[in-house]
Amino acid sequence: MATPRRRRSSTGAQGRPLRPLLLALTLIAVLTGGMFLSGATTPRLGIDLAGGTSITLTAKDQPGKGDAVNEANMKTAASIIDRRVNGLGVSEAEVTTQGDRNIVVNIPRGTNEKQAREQVGTTAELGFRKVLTAGDATPPPGAGAGEQDTDGKKDDKPADDKPADDKADKSDGKNDAEASPSNEPSTQGARAGAVNAKANETPSPSPSPTDGADQGEKDEETPSDQPPAEGGIPADVIKRFEQLDCTTPAARAKANRMVAESDPGETVAACDREGVAKYVLGPIEVPGTDVDGANAGFDPQRAIWVVSMEFSNAGSKKFARVTDEIKSLAPPQNQFAITLDGEVVSAPRVSQRIAGSAEITGSFTQEEAQDLANILKFGALPISFEEANVLTISPTLGGEQLKAGLIAGAIGLALVVAYLLFYYRALGFVAILSLAAMGGFTYVIMSLLGPAIGFALSLPAICGAIVAIGITADSFIVYFERIRDEVRDGRSVRTAIERAWPRARHTILISDVVSFLAAVVLFFAAVGSVQGFAFVLGLTTLLDIVVVFLITKPLTSLMVQRPFFANGHRWSGLDAKRLGAQPPIRGRRRTPVTAEPKEA
Amino acid sequence: MSRFGELGGKLNRGEVAINFVKRRKLWYLITAVMLVISLGGLLGKGLYMGVEFQGGAVFTTPPTTISVEEARTEAQESSGSDARVQRLGNDSLRITVTGLDSETSNKTREALAGKLGLETEQLDAELVGPSWGEQMTQKALTGMVIFLVLVTVYLSIAFEWRMALAALLALLHDLLITVGVYALVGFEVTPGTVVGVLTILGYSLYDTVVVFDKVNENTSRLGKDTRFTFAELANRGLNATVVRSVNTSIVALLPVAALLFIGAGLLGGGMLKDIALSLFVGLAAGTYSSIMIATPLVVDLKKTDAGAKAHDRRVLTKRAKAAKGQDVDQDDSEETGGATALSDDNPDDSLTDDADEAPAAAGAGGRTGRSQGRGRAAGRRR
Repeated sequence: MATPRRRRSSTGAQGRPLRPLLLALTLIAVLTGGMFLSGATTPRLGIDLAGGTSITLTAKDQPGKGDAVNEANMKTAASIIDRRVNGLGVSEAEVTTQGDRNIVVNIPRGTNEKQAREQVGTTAELGFRKVLTAGDATPPPGAGAGEQDTDGKKDDKPADDKPADDKADKSDGKNDAEASPSNEPSTQGARAGAVNAKANETPSPSPSPTDGADQGEKDEETPSDQPPAEGGIPADVIKRFEQLDCTTPAARAKANRMVAESDPGETVAACDREGVAKYVLGPIEVPGTDVDGANAGFDPQRAIWVVSMEFSNAGSKKFARVTDEIKSLAPPQNQFAITLDGEVVSAPRVSQRIAGSAEITGSFTQEEAQDLANILKFGALPISFEEANVLTISPTLGGEQLKAGLIAGAIGLALVVAYLLFYYRALGFVAILSLAAMGGFTYVIMSLLGPAIGFALSLPAICGAIVAIGITADSFIVYFERIRDEVRDGRSVRTAIERAWPRARHTILISDVVSFLAAVVLFFAAVGSVQGFAFVLGLTTLLDIVVVFLITKPLTSLMVQRPFFANGHRWSGLDAKRLGAQPPIRGRRRTPVTAEPKEA
Repeated sequence: MSRFGELGGKLNRGEVAINFVKRRKLWYLITAVMLVISLGGLLGKGLYMGVEFQGGAVFTTPPTTISVEEARTEAQESSGSDARVQRLGNDSLRITVTGLDSETSNKTREALAGKLGLETEQLDAELVGPSWGEQMTQKALTGMVIFLVLVTVYLSIAFEWRMALAALLALLHDLLITVGVYALVGFEVTPGTVVGVLTILGYSLYDTVVVFDKVNENTSRLGKDTRFTFAELANRGLNATVVRSVNTSIVALLPVAALLFIGAGLLGGGMLKDIALSLFVGLAAGTYSSIMIATPLVVDLKKTDAGAKAHDRRVLTKRAKAAKGQDVDQDDSEETGGATALSDDNPDDSLTDDADEAPAAAGAGGRTGRSQGRGRAAGRRR
């Protein structure tokens, strides 16, 4: 019963089992090729398998700020934490948001765990300081560059492709060099833009109900800290400033920490955020808490991005005083610096006294403007967090867990294979091949997903994969049992295989939908490591469908072309007699009603 | 295999029929008793919530010679809270201290590390804030509710609302049993347990869906075929999938058992074991419920359906008439009961007799079908 009849009965999928098989092979080949091309030949390991520290921060609800915990704020917070942690000089730390109120910080082993935790935990501090002097990021080779506005000495500026400027006049030089897109003469570079009083003509997206500028001007009485005299920079700060190296992230991180830990009333030497400039800064004149709000907006008239900020009443007074003091000073002393965690994020120039609300202009990109607005608005983290979970795993323990997971997987797989062989005999090989394909797909896709979406294989993920063995095998069982039922009804093996397929397919699809649904819900409702588990479960459920359609079914069709199966050899697993089949008496039964699930 | 295979064949044809549906009162009773026990355990004894739900710290040491007692004393002194110490397979210790804030747990970690002669950072630790578990539980519950709603809708579309409802009830049964077992045995509830329980949702339903698919297939010709009542058809579907159900459960349990074995044995607990344990319990309950509860429930629910009722009446009338005419068997009266001897369309008489005598077939129905000789095989499964 071979070839001649085959043609006749080759309707539908049965006729060309080779096609889906080839498709499956191509798919595997392409994915594997992609895997080797991308260089990620093993799945990325999570902290619990590779060792390291994983910190989960949960946003705390604050009284009065009911809606503070939202997606935008979470993202901002994550990026700020990212900057802080990676400011340590380790760039592998990974900061992600998870769910709607968690931020997960994964720090690989080898980083200074303690320091990293401190960084994650501390609340950043925003402040406005006067710029006393400014300079290039690199320490000058000679020690002669002490005074503030002297010295036309040109240094090469690494990390900056702009032409070297006169050190002291750096920001102005930058302005000239940049040919600012704005028609406003005072506009400067992004970091050293200009601050203006928010004039009436400014089409600000957030007009404050009270006219802050006027109000601020009215009461100007409170002189708080006495401004340090121009030349009054302590000698040790000057020395530190001269020695300060802002060119490498590590050096910057160190300098930032020093500034951040210093007393708010101290004069400090600080680095610019991008390592192109350094400053000597006066005490904090206006703390970040005095900023009421900030917004980035596009000014269509000048075709530039501007950042507008509003001060509180107290802040407005302080800011008015500061700007009044520095507005007519020579550069760079007409600048004030916005510092975050001891780092200068922006140092705009001031040309007039400003109160109430201010506007910072410069050649911002949209992103820069929004970033700055966020920093101003939130001071630091928009939301306060608490450590919900801190997991520290040594590489040894991680390795052991990985090993245990793999062993469990191997044992589970072996047991399933043994059972399938015992129960389905030769038919079991189809199942084993399908399982092998499944394993291959899973491995390759997991490896690819590492670099692609940051998937990391964790212990729960391995667990999910092992559990998935059962789900996958079940699809084979559904199909095989259907075939056997058909054989028991007295059909020939060949017919049975084709007749069984539509019903089995229906069952497999329905149950896989349920399974997938469970995985998706689990994924989105999950906290922590549960996500990895759900992800793998969902992935394998999808793969299950691929494998059953492209491999199991065609392979079965292909195998039945061999007499061994077609004749129901006793080891084939399709032996009619062993299955207790009924010989078909009275010939063919009437055509059965097609299987349509129907409401009865 | 062969014997099981043969049994499968007989079950499939209905020669050997275990009358799951007929005896549903019994299953309901058993189930009710188990549920009451579970509920009692849950309410009376309560769940033993792991450290993740209370806040605290778990420290894992490298292999060490320090005794359990020493470690406990050290941990309790430095933390001021209760500590549990467990020696793992490779001579390392797991020290669990509950009710710590992160400040104290850092101190405890330092103290323990000092005791062991390690750098603080060499001591593996998991520090859990008190809100972690709450957050997790809340998320899990939300997820569960969403899932149940989605699945009910989906099953109502794919099958019908009665089946969706029955599946839902079976699912709740599985969850309650699992939680009950946890309460009664006193297993620790950890995030791994939550994962496991949530997975049961999918798994148990998967099994139920496969059974329903078959039942649905069998009963889809209701009305056209007047030989069997709805209950009988459902029972047949159930019998035909028993082998598959058992197979599936075995295949699903094998890897889970491996996980459990490795997780408990090699790692001495932790995530692997927790997931596997709850899965194991849940899977067992799931297999039971998809056979013993879900389908019988559908049958009972179906009694409210006019079409099915009318159909059953027709079948029974016809059957009674035939019985009178042929003066064969009698007591097949019970509406849903006469299920067993579904051997009718077997042209082979001897086999039919076998079936009738099979102990499993000893339902009330008797041999209604056999001698009626309406030989067409319309009722056969396809």
